[in-house]
Amino acid sequence: MNTGEADGNVIAAVDAPTAEDGSGVIHILLLTVGPIVLALVISGALLLILGVNPLTYYAVVLERGLFTSLGLEQSITRMGPLLLVAAGLIVAFRAGIWNLGVDGQFLLGAVLAAASAPALAHALPPALVLLASAILAAIVGVVWSLLPALLRAYHGVNEIITTLMMTFLGTSLANVLVKLMFLDPATTVPQTRTLPVDDRLPRLFGTTINAGLLIGLLAIVGVQIMMAHTAFGLKLRTVGANPVAAAHAGLPVAWLTVLVFALSAGLIGLAGAVEVLGIQGNVRADWNPAYGLAVIPLVFLARLNGYAAIAFVFLFSVLSIGGESAARRVGVPTFFTLVLIALIMIILATVEYADQRARAGRAS
Amino acid sequence: MPADTLMAKPHARPQPLAAPLVALRGIGKRFANVVANESIDLELRAGEVHVLLGENGAGKSTLVALLSGLLQPDAGQIIVDGSPMRILSPGAALALGIGTVFQHVMLSPALTVAENLLLGQGWWRRPARAALDQAVGAIARDFGLNVDLDAVTGELSLGEQQQVEIIRGLLRQTRLLIFDESTSMLTPQGIEELGALMRRLVERGLAIVFITHKLDEARRFGDRITVLRLGRKVGEISSERLEALDDASAHQEIVSLMFETIKATGEAVVGKERKRVAMSGKPLLELRDITVTGQSGSTGIEAISLSVWPGEVLGIAGIDGNGQKLIAEAIAGQRRLDSGKITFGGIAIDNLDVGARRKLGIRYLTDDRLSEGSVAAFAVSANLLLKEIGKEPFWSRGFTRTAVIDVHANAQVKEFDVRTPSIRTPIGKLSGGNIQKALLARELFGDARLVIFSKPTYGLDYNNIVTSRRRIAEVGARGIAVILISTDLEEILALSDRIAVMSRGRIAGILENTGDARLAVGGLMVGGALEHG
Amino acid sequence: MEGLLQVPFLTALLAGAVTAGIPLLLAGLGEQMSEKAGVLNVGIEGMMLGGAYAGFLTAISSGSIWLGFLAGACGGALVAVPMVILCVQRGLNQIVIGIGLTLGLEGLTAILHHVQFSRTYPRLARVETLPIPLLSDIPILGPALFDRHPFVYLAFLLVPALAILYRGTNFGLWLRAAGDRPAALDVTGIDVIATRTVAVIFTGLMAGLGGAFLANVGAGIFVPFMTHGDGFIGVVLAMLARGRAASVLAGAMIFGGCLSLTTAFQIAGVNVPTDVIQMLPFATVMVVLIVFGRQASLPVALGLPYVRGER
Ligand SMILES: Nc1ncnc2c1ncn2[C@@H]1O[C@H](COP(=O)(O)OP(=O)(O)OP(=O)(O)O)[C@@H](O)[C@H]1O
Ligand SMILES: [Mg+2]
Repeated sequence: MNTGEADGNVIAAVDAPTAEDGSGVIHILLLTVGPIVLALVISGALLLILGVNPLTYYAVVLERGLFTSLGLEQSITRMGPLLLVAAGLIVAFRAGIWNLGVDGQFLLGAVLAAASAPALAHALPPALVLLASAILAAIVGVVWSLLPALLRAYHGVNEIITTLMMTFLGTSLANVLVKLMFLDPATTVPQTRTLPVDDRLPRLFGTTINAGLLIGLLAIVGVQIMMAHTAFGLKLRTVGANPVAAAHAGLPVAWLTVLVFALSAGLIGLAGAVEVLGIQGNVRADWNPAYGLAVIPLVFLARLNGYAAIAFVFLFSVLSIGGESAARRVGVPTFFTLVLIALIMIILATVEYADQRARAGRAS
Repeated sequence: MPADTLMAKPHARPQPLAAPLVALRGIGKRFANVVANESIDLELRAGEVHVLLGENGAGKSTLVALLSGLLQPDAGQIIVDGSPMRILSPGAALALGIGTVFQHVMLSPALTVAENLLLGQGWWRRPARAALDQAVGAIARDFGLNVDLDAVTGELSLGEQQQVEIIRGLLRQTRLLIFDESTSMLTPQGIEELGALMRRLVERGLAIVFITHKLDEARRFGDRITVLRLGRKVGEISSERLEALDDASAHQEIVSLMFETIKATGEAVVGKERKRVAMSGKPLLELRDITVTGQSGSTGIEAISLSVWPGEVLGIAGIDGNGQKLIAEAIAGQRRLDSGKITFGGIAIDNLDVGARRKLGIRYLTDDRLSEGSVAAFAVSANLLLKEIGKEPFWSRGFTRTAVIDVHANAQVKEFDVRTPSIRTPIGKLSGGNIQKALLARELFGDARLVIFSKPTYGLDYNNIVTSRRRIAEVGARGIAVILISTDLEEILALSDRIAVMSRGRIAGILENTGDARLAVGGLMVGGALEHG
Repeated sequence: MEGLLQVPFLTALLAGAVTAGIPLLLAGLGEQMSEKAGVLNVGIEGMMLGGAYAGFLTAISSGSIWLGFLAGACGGALVAVPMVILCVQRGLNQIVIGIGLTLGLEGLTAILHHVQFSRTYPRLARVETLPIPLLSDIPILGPALFDRHPFVYLAFLLVPALAILYRGTNFGLWLRAAGDRPAALDVTGIDVIATRTVAVIFTGLMAGLGGAFLANVGAGIFVPFMTHGDGFIGVVLAMLARGRAASVLAGAMIFGGCLSLTTAFQIAGVNVPTDVIQMLPFATVMVVLIVFGRQASLPVALGLPYVRGER
């Protein structure tokens, strides 16, 4: 099965029209804003049925997610780990590897970072503590992807199965670790020891946004450049688009496959660390933000392009942060955000598809 | 071209006066950047084999797709039995009695041959195996099928799959049967059988469209010839006229229609100065007793020993699927040996991977251009460098240098006459022959010491066959060792210094390509012992 | 520990395996047909939730468990409709739409449940069983397999029925060709899109039934997010089964057994953390894959849209 080679890169680019005239910007705006408005209208109808004024609800979402400095800062802060996950997924998907094991890799990375940071705090200076925990989390992510990687590379076992299995395993294992090994004896709720706020990732420019955002941006831009402009990226894409041709061309397909898994899972493990070291400070039992399910569609909507993924991740962050506050304020269940995001996703995908068709039609 | 293949055909031609079964009026079809068909008029009559000729990318297969309901025309009409019809799906085409044998085999690799042939109507029904055995048996009397019905299709060689594709076309009740390059991978004997079969079918009242790149086939099996160029119909030779012309002038006329400016040389193959290669020196490549097991039941190779000297062209002849591909893959490093030894330039290369062997100068042009040779979604420019990823000057310190790559691609496209809208077009969108040219360009680039050509001219048009063969001969003349695998005996005889014949995974014999090699090779191919013609 | 091999433990284990396994079986069988035809249906989790909610709502308001199943099947199929329109007929990315449907249905069913029952969790009565004479008296096996609601028997009967469909009919061949090289099916005059549409709707029906069973028989209540990844396990079961319906059954029962171990252990008086037990089935699959290194032979065109005549 194929993840599909996306365009937007230099030498493997599909022959898409690149010349954008003056209407280009408007066109793109229509393409993204249109579906969002449509989704808002549909879910607004749902809100009306629930007896809530949709305008009030949306106003609160926007205010809390975008227009108050606290809300905006929160939204941007959330982007850090999400961007890392997106970067990890783009590497994998472009190389034709279906890494569906995000949650396991993420949670184990998070738990190990949460457990190691307070423990190391006595022995090392704060900066090194953060660095060590982050590296540890990335390594844990890599380790957790090793079995699927080896099975796929050397036995051809499909990675959808194995990564899904490992993610279920990893989620449970993370719970076991929190409850049985790294339990904070000082609290009644089962959770790891909390990293003091001062020891967490440094804040940026006097805001509540932490350095996690920079790490995320660095990762996704790095991945985009690697995939689109380097020989290594082209090798990965070749393996992804046609493994038989890659073997014929003399690429070490098995080894590249293992590398892809490692890179992907490493970034996702790191995302877990950034979430814990920058935002949460600890890991509670049964905590699972399920970023995998959210980010996979986002990177596809971005057509596996890193820059586009930044925009989609921002949109998602605003909606989820705003939606969480609005739920509390207006009395709509938090689940409502799920519906809204799902609608936007489906409509965006549909409109983007229609646009592609229209372009193909116009070109001929 | 040997005189005996261009002899006038003995069969009597029916005189078609009836209204056409299918007529095309002003047919046009465009793709994003290409005009594939433009205002084409064509009349297909019962009792006639209508040959379509045209260089690679001329639009023949597109026309076939329109007739078989796979594509819809942008302009024009298809008239069936006198009334305009829209053929909206392959099912509709079949219902009208239009059957197609496709150029790129349309069989499901995971199903067995029988299951592929059984795909049929009525969801609840049991596939009727007994009836199939009978029907295939009946056809096999006219056209030999050397394929086990229970074999998994994907494990057959392309040549065998083509046979199955032909059988499927024959199994259907059709009034118009289309063969799109169906002889491209058949043995000389298979081609004769198919030709005779086509003659018999038209005598029974069928209309046949026959697409080929081989002019002698067109002349011998066809009643009427239409030539396409750049999507347009540039000429038609009626059956009367075809009858009246002698071989040489028919040939001349067709070639000038197809290529206009190019003077027909009358010589489809490069005349070769056969040289005796100095076999006293060390051979460049030596295979000693290599054995490779075939995948799940297909033919493996056993105890293959051969040597190739620099500057020599070693032809490997044999019916498709007799282990030729495995030899190529073993040399290129795509297959592990079960036993045996390969040395190249004096060093053992058994343990080197594909990349390392390429570095030593071993090149392999695969015959499976779509699934192995190219990445369909990548641009032509990327495919031209698929085997050089990361190398200077196209990449510097790992970073892609688009400008350099583009210059290279443009030069290659020009030199090898790859017809593509742009070097950025995904290679999968090109016609079969043009993909082949791009791959040829890729393999000949750089410092090659040994080039393995696997069916290098299959699917190429006349003009390109001539240039490709000339190139192969030049490669040999440059002191590079060449292994030429082909099922086309003419090609082998025209280009090789020595000829090895494969049969059932073994080398049945290796002979010098002297005047009487043809019969000896033919004998060995069908399994006879080494004997003199 | 001596309670482990006693009758009550084994009975509870087996009965639990069937109860927990039936939704997985239905989901797996449904997904199998989609995957055979080349559609990777990760919306199945949403389809199960849709079926669970529709089934539960209907059962509790009508009092009829069978109407509940019917509604569940319809609910699941309804969720499959966008998948058909967008992915099968239009060729949109199957994973994006599948995950979108799953997220959407998670949210939608949770909200509807919140509105309808606002945090009360009404319960359905235990379902009546239909003991099969003689067979139901066999110790251990009897109560687990032969003293169940008739729906359970029907679910098991589905396995041979599908096996016959796959092996013995043209439709079985169509499905395989649609998933392997759709163009090869198309040129024989059989509609690839129609074949895939049937398969995806069937997946919806099955997933909906599985969800309805989960809510109405397994739990007796509806809880938001109650499928808990069962749909994804269905995806995996279908992939591991290599096209055989019987293999889905085996897998579903093994998974079901592991899921029911917790309860069974409690009955036997053994205390093992739930989280550890929950890891069992997944660990088992991994061990099987490592030991046998079995290549899941997936359809080549899985996940790829089919557009006629496209190069
Ligand atoms: N689906 C498609 N999308 C884009 N371009 C196409 C498509 N099908 C055909 N073409 C283009 O249309 C032209 C005609 O192609 P076609 O396959 O009909 O040629 P042909 O005469 O059969 O050549 P060959 O002898 O190489 O098979 C080519 O330039 C090809 O690249
Ligand atoms: Mg063609």
